[in-house]
This record gives sequence, C-alpha cells and structure tokens, in this order.
Amino acid sequence: MNIHEYQGKEILNSFGVRIQRGIVAHNAKEAVDAAKELTEQTGTGWHVIKAQVHAGGRGKGGGVKLAKNLKEVEEIAGQIIGMNLVTPQTSAEGKKVHQVLVAEDVYYPGDSEPEEYYMSVLLNRATGRNMVMYSTEGGMDIETVAENTPHLIFTEEIDPAVGIMPFQARRIAFNLGLSGAAFKEMTKFVIALYTAYEKSDSSLFEINPVLKTSDDKILAVDAKVSLDDNGLYRHKDYAEMRDIREENPVEVEAKKVGLNYVDLDGNVGCMVNGAGLAMATMDLIKQAGGEPANFLDVGGTADAKRVEEAFRLILKDENVKAILINIFGGIVRCDRVAQGVVDAYKNMGNINVPIIVRLQGTNADIAKELIDNSGLDVQSAVEFQEAADKVQAVLA
Amino acid sequence: MSVLVNKDSKIIVQGFTGSEGTFHAQQMIEYGTNVVGGVTPGKGGQTHLDKPVFNTVSDAVKETGADVSIIFVPPAFAADAIMESADAGIGVIITITEGIPVADMIKVTNYIKDKKCRLIGPNCPGVITPGEAKVGIMPGFVFKKGKVGIVSKSGTLTYEAADQVVKQGLGITTAIGIGGDPIIGTTTKEAVELLMNDDETECIVMIGEIGGQLEADAARWVKENGNKKPVIGFIAGETAPAGRTMGHAGAIVGGSEDTAQAKKAILKENGIHVVDSPAEIGKKVAEVLRG
Repeated sequence: MNIHEYQGKEILNSFGVRIQRGIVAHNAKEAVDAAKELTEQTGTGWHVIKAQVHAGGRGKGGGVKLAKNLKEVEEIAGQIIGMNLVTPQTSAEGKKVHQVLVAEDVYYPGDSEPEEYYMSVLLNRATGRNMVMYSTEGGMDIETVAENTPHLIFTEEIDPAVGIMPFQARRIAFNLGLSGAAFKEMTKFVIALYTAYEKSDSSLFEINPVLKTSDDKILAVDAKVSLDDNGLYRHKDYAEMRDIREENPVEVEAKKVGLNYVDLDGNVGCMVNGAGLAMATMDLIKQAGGEPANFLDVGGTADAKRVEEAFRLILKDENVKAILINIFGGIVRCDRVAQGVVDAYKNMGNINVPIIVRLQGTNADIAKELIDNSGLDVQSAVEFQEAADKVQAVLA
Repeated sequence: MSVLVNKDSKIIVQGFTGSEGTFHAQQMIEYGTNVVGGVTPGKGGQTHLDKPVFNTVSDAVKETGADVSIIFVPPAFAADAIMESADAGIGVIITITEGIPVADMIKVTNYIKDKKCRLIGPNCPGVITPGEAKVGIMPGFVFKKGKVGIVSKSGTLTYEAADQVVKQGLGITTAIGIGGDPIIGTTTKEAVELLMNDDETECIVMIGEIGGQLEADAARWVKENGNKKPVIGFIAGETAPAGRTMGHAGAIVGGSEDTAQAKKAILKENGIHVVDSPAEIGKKVAEVLRG
C-alpha cells in the first residue's frame, strides 16, 4: 500500500528519524494558517508547498513550489490544490491534488553548503534480506544514476539476526563523504531509518533527497513509503492511512468484493482463476490480436455471485469488445462455474458484448454442454488455443 | 524415481483441523498420499480423519517418523509453523499459506539456513509425484505419471501445463509449485536442479512470471551445467504494466531486467526452448522429446 509523503514522514518521525517538518492543508486559507503555525514552531521564513499525490516527479509537474511570504503561500496553495498534476509517473490526465504539505525551508544558508543524498531501504529478493541502498547523487532520478554512474550507488545488506550494526551506519556515512557533526548525525539517521523500516512492516522507503543542512543536520526532505499489505494487520493505524482517492475506482470496488483486479487500457476483458493463468490469458489475448482490458483473478470460488460481480466490473469499461472467461477447474468443478456464468448472465440481462468461456478440468464436458444448451450468446471452448481463436474471430 | 515426495514419504499436516487443512488433507488421503497425522496445538490426543492429532511437530515426528510437512496455518502464524517444523527435523516443508508478511519470511529464511530442511513455498500449490503422493492443493487427476518434470510459480498455470503435457500422451515425474511470493524457500534454479539430477525426468517445463531474477538464474545454471536435459520455458506477464502487482505478491516489474520479454531473451540465450503462447507448452514438450 502506498501512502502520502506527509504520512510517510509521520511514520519516520515516530521512530526518531529527523524530517523536514510540515503541516497538511486542504485549501489556501488552511495553508496560510499552517505556514504561520510552522513559522512559530520552527522559525522558518520561507515555505515549500508540496502537492500530496501518490506519484513521483511532483516537482517536474509544478507540484512543489517555494513561497517567500504568506501571500505567495496563499497563491501557490490555491493554484496547486485542485489542479490535475501531471508528472512523468502519472497518466496524461494527471492526478487531482486534494491537499498540500506546507513545509519548512531547510535549504537556508549557513556555515557549510547544503548537500543532497539518495537513500532507500528495500528487500533484496535474491538473498531474502533487507538492504540500504544509497548514493551521493541525491535529488536525481535514481534510475538515471544507476544507468550513467553505477559506481556511485552503494548497498549495505542487513543481517536479520542482529539488525543494522553501527559499523554499517559508519560505513554509509564515510562513503557519503561526511565528517564531524554531520557524520554522527548521519549514523543516527541511518539506524533510525532502518529501525523504522523494519518495525513498520514496510516494503519500500525511498528518501530522495536526504539533506545535510548548512548547519550539519541530516534530515528526510521527501519520503516515499510503501507498506507491506500482508503486514497491515499488525498496524491498524497505518491501514487507516489508505487514501482511496489515489486509487482506480474500479479497483477499489473490486477490492471491496474480494476480487483481485488491475485496470488496463485494452479491449478484451478477462476473468480467470489464479494469478499466473490470468497473466498467461492476458498474453494470449494480445497474441490473438486484442489487448487485455484488465487483470482479474476470481480465485477458487467462481460461483454465480462472484462471476456476476466480475462481469459488472469488466463492463464498466466501455472499451471492452469481448470477454474471455478462462477457468481451470481443479477442486472447483467446471459445471458449477458454468452454471454461475449462465445465472450471472441471466441476472444481468443486458450484456451486449460477446463472451467466450473456456472451462477446463473437472467436469469440463458437462460444463460445455451446459453453456452450449443455455441459449445465451456465449461461446464455449475447451482448449486454450481454441479460446484464443474465438477471441480473434470476434474481434475481426 | 521422483523428487521431494514419493509413496514412502510420511506426511503430516500443520493446521490439520482447520477448514482448509481438513479439506485438503482429505483430498490428499483419497489420492493415496501417506498422511500419517497432523498438528493442531491444544488438540493433541484427538483423532481427525482417522489420523492422530499432535500438539507439536516434534511430538508428531517422534510418534510417526514424519519427514514431510504441509502447512495450512493462517498467515499470521505461518512463519512460526515453518520454524517449528524445521526445528523438529522435518526434511521437506511445503507451505501453502498465502499472505505471510515479508518481514516474517526474512526471519524464516535466516532461521532455516543452517537447518537440514527444504522449504517449498509459501503461496504455492504444493508438490505432486503422480501415482505416489499429492502434497498440495492441486487436482490430482490432471497429473499422470511420466517423464516430464514441472517447476512453476503459479498454481492453475501448472495444472494447465500438466494437462497439456498429458494430452500429448506424456506424463509427469514430479510437479513442484515453488510459489509466487517475493521470498520463497526453493528457487527456480534449485527446483530445476533437483529434476535435472532425477534419473526418471527426461525433460523439464519451467514456468515463470514477471518480477525477480529466479528464471534468469535458473537458465544460466542450466547452460553452465551443460544443458543436460531439454528445458521448455514460459514466462507469464508480457502484457503486465510496470510497477503493478499482478495477483502474486512477487509478480511486479521493478526494472528493465525482470519483464517477461527480458526473461525470455535470457532463457533463449541459455538454450531454453521458450514458448510465447501459453497454449503451446504441451506441444513444445512433445516436439522436443520426440525430436
């Protein structure tokens, strides 16, 4: 589950990670109040107004701006809130901004130059251990750094038996070229950050940039935090951070009825049991000359109710020209699934796109007969290729 | 021969008396699998499905000589169940449970690394050696005995592949569902290696999907090992968008290396017979085996 920058920072702060402080505002007036309050708390003169949406590259789209006085705070917050923010990571329509983070200015002048670094914590799937990945090249797109200057990216793998050790934090601080007070600050920062990652059941922390201020403080200016969905039962407070406005409405609805659905741009909807078979079915649709309109795993119990819910989800998409149902009946019997399809079809009453049902496995022959004798505009198939050919014929 | 499980395996079911455990244990027993008992803490001494129930895995091992365990314990308690099994000396631990937190699996991986056990899964359909033992949730009738080994991250896609192989008049030695999570006990390479060293297996079907490097690692190993047996490969998710989790927690494209296209290219470079269409797995196997 992805959360907003301000929520990620709340989690970091609760584990003692120093952050760029800020207050969330939902309109221009709240932004001005937030700015005043923040100045009282932190002494900051200028403010940074940051759009809160689930997408990276917000600055490039005009979603992060500096305000040098309260009038500018009001103006900028007014512009950003309500805008459709387009960034390299959003669709062409962008994402609607519902709230901004009014944050303190941390790039103030002082004894030394501020420096930016990159730091993330994530799972190394190859070793089954977490690692801290970091670079001197902060504030930039890390994929670009990896491509152009891979020697500037370092990793530190963490032994789960002991957690992050001080020598590892020191190595990170040395590799970042730090000394003196900033060095000590960085070791504290790294240990707190890793502890936060582990204790919050996160699946990704990306802090870009980590800032060394002109007075040698180390803090997180941005925070991209993804939480492990499977760990959320241990963190009811984090589960509440979910912002469904940031998610695809059809996917939100699917989740409510327990279906695993991903919305795509194509013209052939599909309904499959099992994630691997669902992906394979999408691939087959493409090879048959179509484009998959969705990923949908109906799971092990493909009864009439579930099939009907799945139909409703798929048919919300006006681009759908055909639906392919692909069920491999193992424990679940195909004839029951076929009955489910027939019942759902009759209940819906107004399905205007051709449907191809491929049922294979337990009682597949009975299922085919059931579909063929239903009198409905549903084509049946037994073999995988046969289903693909029928999709191709329908699209032609 | 076969790998991991056979007719002599002594199998216990952890989470035996729960609804999932009960249903699938019954199916396994009906298949002819040698289920010797089960574990449900607090229900030791009872009898379930005509088999003894034990409080702990070590009790079960002591009383029955069990060497294989299958786990149906809910996600919050599954990591503990795996470690209990490893501690009790179980050799093959097959974990069906889906939804175990990654942090728990990091602990498990670390705990079992020096133990003499092999973990299969989690989030997998299990392992079947047709005609001998079904230690999983797969429909047994699909798998007929033969000489093709299967390694797969996915459940229903394994059934699909087995069905296609059987319809070509061939059969399966052992099918291993390794699971679709980001951290799994047995990698694609390790499962392929088991089958490569199995005398009865003449050909291996390797089914993967987007995310991670497991299939690429396996393919490189196959080549280094001298391509001793033909391997047929399929990678699902060519049409999956980057950055989205496709059902399996581990099925997510993170970079340019773990897309279906990139993996297929690596497989081909290493002498794997790659099929682009999931409908042609069986056909390809027959073609390769019959020359």
